[in-house]
Amino acid sequence: MARTLSQPVTVTFDYTRSTGPVIGRFLTGLRDGVVLGGRTADGRVLVPPPEFDPQTHAATTDFVEVGPGGVVDSWTWVPEPVAGQPFDRPFAWALVRFDGADCAMLLALDADHDAIATGMRVTVRWADERVGAITDIACVEPSAGDLGFDTLAALAAQPAAGEPVTGVVSPISLDYLYAASPEESAFFSGLAEGRIIGQRCPVCHKVYVPPRGACPVDGVPTTDEVELPDSGTITTFCIVNVPFLGQRISPPYVSAYVLLDGADIAIQHLILEVPADEVRMGMRVEAVWRPRDEWGTTIENIAHFRPTGEPDADYETYRMHL
Amino acid sequence: MRDVGVVAFAQRQMREFDGSPTCVELLVPIFAECYEQTGFTRQDIGFWCSGSSDYLAGRSFSFVSAVDAIGALPPVNESHVEMDAAWALYEAWLKIQTGEVDTALVYGFGKSSAGTLRRTLALQLDPYTMTPLWPDTVSIAALQARLGLDAGLWDEAALAAVADRSLRDAEHNEWAIRRGGSSVEDLLARPLYADPLRKHDIAPVSDGASAIVLAAGDRARDACERPAWITHFSHHIDPLHLGARDLTTSLSTRRSAPATRVDLAELHAPFSHQELVLRRELGLGEDIVINPSGGALTANPMFSAGLNRIGEAAGRVWDGTADRVLGHATSGPALQQNLVCAMGATP
Amino acid sequence: MTKQPAAVIGIGQTHHRAKREDVSMAGLCREAIDRALLDAGMTFDDIDAVVVGKAPDLFEGVMMPELFLAEALGAAGKPLLRVHTAGSVGGSTAIVAASLVQAGVHRRVLTVAFEKQSESNAMWALSVPVPFVMPVHAGAGGYFAPHVRSYIRRSGAPTHVGAIVAAKDRQNALLNPYAHLKNPDTTVESVLASQMLWDPIRYDETCPSSDGACALVIADADTAASITDPAWIHGTVMRSEPTTAAERDQVNPLAGRAAAAALWKQAGITNPLEEIDAAEIYVPFSWFEPMWLENLGFAPEGTGWQLTEAGDTALDGRLPVNASGGVLSSNPIGASGMLRFAEAALQVRGQAGEHQVDGVRRALGHAYGGGSQFFAMWVVGAEKP
Repeated sequence: MARTLSQPVTVTFDYTRSTGPVIGRFLTGLRDGVVLGGRTADGRVLVPPPEFDPQTHAATTDFVEVGPGGVVDSWTWVPEPVAGQPFDRPFAWALVRFDGADCAMLLALDADHDAIATGMRVTVRWADERVGAITDIACVEPSAGDLGFDTLAALAAQPAAGEPVTGVVSPISLDYLYAASPEESAFFSGLAEGRIIGQRCPVCHKVYVPPRGACPVDGVPTTDEVELPDSGTITTFCIVNVPFLGQRISPPYVSAYVLLDGADIAIQHLILEVPADEVRMGMRVEAVWRPRDEWGTTIENIAHFRPTGEPDADYETYRMHL
Repeated sequence: MRDVGVVAFAQRQMREFDGSPTCVELLVPIFAECYEQTGFTRQDIGFWCSGSSDYLAGRSFSFVSAVDAIGALPPVNESHVEMDAAWALYEAWLKIQTGEVDTALVYGFGKSSAGTLRRTLALQLDPYTMTPLWPDTVSIAALQARLGLDAGLWDEAALAAVADRSLRDAEHNEWAIRRGGSSVEDLLARPLYADPLRKHDIAPVSDGASAIVLAAGDRARDACERPAWITHFSHHIDPLHLGARDLTTSLSTRRSAPATRVDLAELHAPFSHQELVLRRELGLGEDIVINPSGGALTANPMFSAGLNRIGEAAGRVWDGTADRVLGHATSGPALQQNLVCAMGATP
Repeated sequence: MTKQPAAVIGIGQTHHRAKREDVSMAGLCREAIDRALLDAGMTFDDIDAVVVGKAPDLFEGVMMPELFLAEALGAAGKPLLRVHTAGSVGGSTAIVAASLVQAGVHRRVLTVAFEKQSESNAMWALSVPVPFVMPVHAGAGGYFAPHVRSYIRRSGAPTHVGAIVAAKDRQNALLNPYAHLKNPDTTVESVLASQMLWDPIRYDETCPSSDGACALVIADADTAASITDPAWIHGTVMRSEPTTAAERDQVNPLAGRAAAAALWKQAGITNPLEEIDAAEIYVPFSWFEPMWLENLGFAPEGTGWQLTEAGDTALDGRLPVNASGGVLSSNPIGASGMLRFAEAALQVRGQAGEHQVDGVRRALGHAYGGGSQFFAMWVVGAEKP
């Protein structure tokens, strides 16, 4: 058995970026089928235009149409593309210096590996649908003939197609494999057997649940195993009434710190089977386990905690845990 | 300026760390080694500073749990940079220079294997005009390598020579995760990966953590027989723009170079050709020992690899191999940001 | 060796809004930076180094955005540092920038902190599910509400004290042209009538989610001598402790108490309530005003709420707290701490405009982050220390 438990996590969000005037102008150009550079104070044309002049630091205001033809300053081959790249088969990246520009920009190049060379002429291949984003340039491709194909590409340029671009949506999705520490893994594995396992710090002797890779007071791993009961005391709590993106429990619900009997630190869990406004600090609670066949290596094996009906714990017994 | 020395260094480098992305389990034994090397206890440390990345871990505030490894009650004087820990070392050095503290423990950590590193790093690019295309780091380095090849600044044999020497030297580094030299001819016979780079020209994806202890004046002399005194500490950044920046040079490295010569350098070059760029900018000739640890080509744990270069270089002062050394760290796409820490046997 | 004196000589901030759709990230930062440089009478050419602060990168979906921003921030060819210490980052960033001058390494340092929260959603970014653990987290409000409940229980504070804070800060914000929330009708009663979000925290007792930035120019004594009203840095402190630990005090954390004690000592202050003339304290949820008043030593434990209830923290009180409207009125997370530090400096320089407190000689800037575990604070004063 592996020393630690792990599970995939995807961190995903569609970011809404406001572009400001300079990037907005560049993206508006792409939507309308033209590549724009920005002229700097020293007379260079940079693509994409810098938001602020590298020398004077003033906002870029002078835009110049460049391309759609250009030359490859450098290139590489991607044998194993990653998700989100312009092609999901092997392809090339190129630093492309558009005609009229004084610097290159990074774009995908669609050509056979052995047909690519530094200095080759390329031209923009526009995306089928242009929305005002860098992906409006599908890639560059070898120029069919210097005038002919560039002219065709230029013809594809359309007059301004509406309002200037001011924002862009940028989906970002990353896959991770999340691992728990060995100490936490022991805890989660215990839960799969219906046991709640804590560990004592060998220095301060406090019982941590879950056990810790480092006692936060002493900086050493917790060691001696302590099996804890599934009953305890609510130290403090809040009632969550607010819905939010990614939420997995429907509000309103009570999120509480439960100090299991014999533990020196509280765990956070859900309180149910009692109206939210009757939950109290000091209330005695017990775990309600999900049916055994639904158990996994997770604290979610405990569906929630519910009141035991015992008298509330004396404030002094949990005062130090607030 | 106060005399400040590097007095302890401990590290872990591995292909795949199976523990939590906070790396607490790695930091605990690393800190213990630092205490053992110096005779310090936790209470002797005046300032703590770390370097790590939320995006490497895949969650916000990933550095927060690492504080547990310190044992931070009573509370500690502590800070964090979202950079390689070499820059955390710089912040700690500043703190000592202000006179507020005399000692500092600096650590870096990262679990690159939790995600797809070369893809995650696309998030370091311009978010409007680059990241939506997801250019991967290996490709960006390859574009840089070809610019130098085409300009005649280096050839494929020079790249292979860097890799061969690194793999040879790594045979003596217990923490290297790739090792074993062969010959330039053999390496050149291997297939291209990201044309013009071969796999051995590209740092392996690495997990790890490391820590360095700094101390001022007599505190340093008490903690270490032969401290590696910091004689120069400088860092600079270049613009990101890959087309407008001359990628065959590194102005930020040149600006960070020490005025005096060194005998040995540990350079943070995750790609073979980048070592050649750095050597040129730092004026390191053929007579200078480069990367005796094997360098980043043999293990490149993100957010501690730069700190490791400084720790490895300091180690050569401690063991008397060298009197004047430098450690270099890089950050960002294609050597965008660079730091140089020169150390010597005398302050 | 002692610290070199350092002073704030330029201050700039953005107009904070829920969505600054008119600017990019660079544009947002430049709005604050350009104001700070103008205030300092400087250009980018005068700046030796740049220090950038920001909360989690997941907020904007850019890994280490200072890399792509370097040129726009005027940092190209210069040293650049990026600080991230959770919610306290704006304060920590200013402290790191100050240390560059105090260490004698640089003479003029530009520091900027920002957050463009409208690029994503803070609740999402702070609640990305962690496998195996219970998904009861509900953003920062869900995290802090139980501890507010603990404070109320421990101190016996009347339940309307939080509403007093919220109404005060929202009224103060009306006097601050840069503030995000401008709700002239906010009263104690209206706050109490607002929806209970994370019981015991009501909607009007929470901070907004803002886009914004703040920038400072920090300079050495020679440079500062050339301007009429520098805000001299009298003390800076950072302290940290673990998020959770057995019997850790989450209401009155030790790290905050330790930081305050060290800060007052550095600044030569023995009675902070008497000697501090204005305080900008990081209060993202209204109840944290009385909690931090105690933690900082302005009031004995359990009595901070009495200062608030008596009106002592109002604009015309003994210790005006958050004359700017505070985090409760503007919260670009990464910048919020630096805004506290900047507003303290504005008060000392007499440049706070309509929300200026009369006769401020010494002011506190305070920030905290994580699970009430990272603290950054400074005292600035009109006199050179």
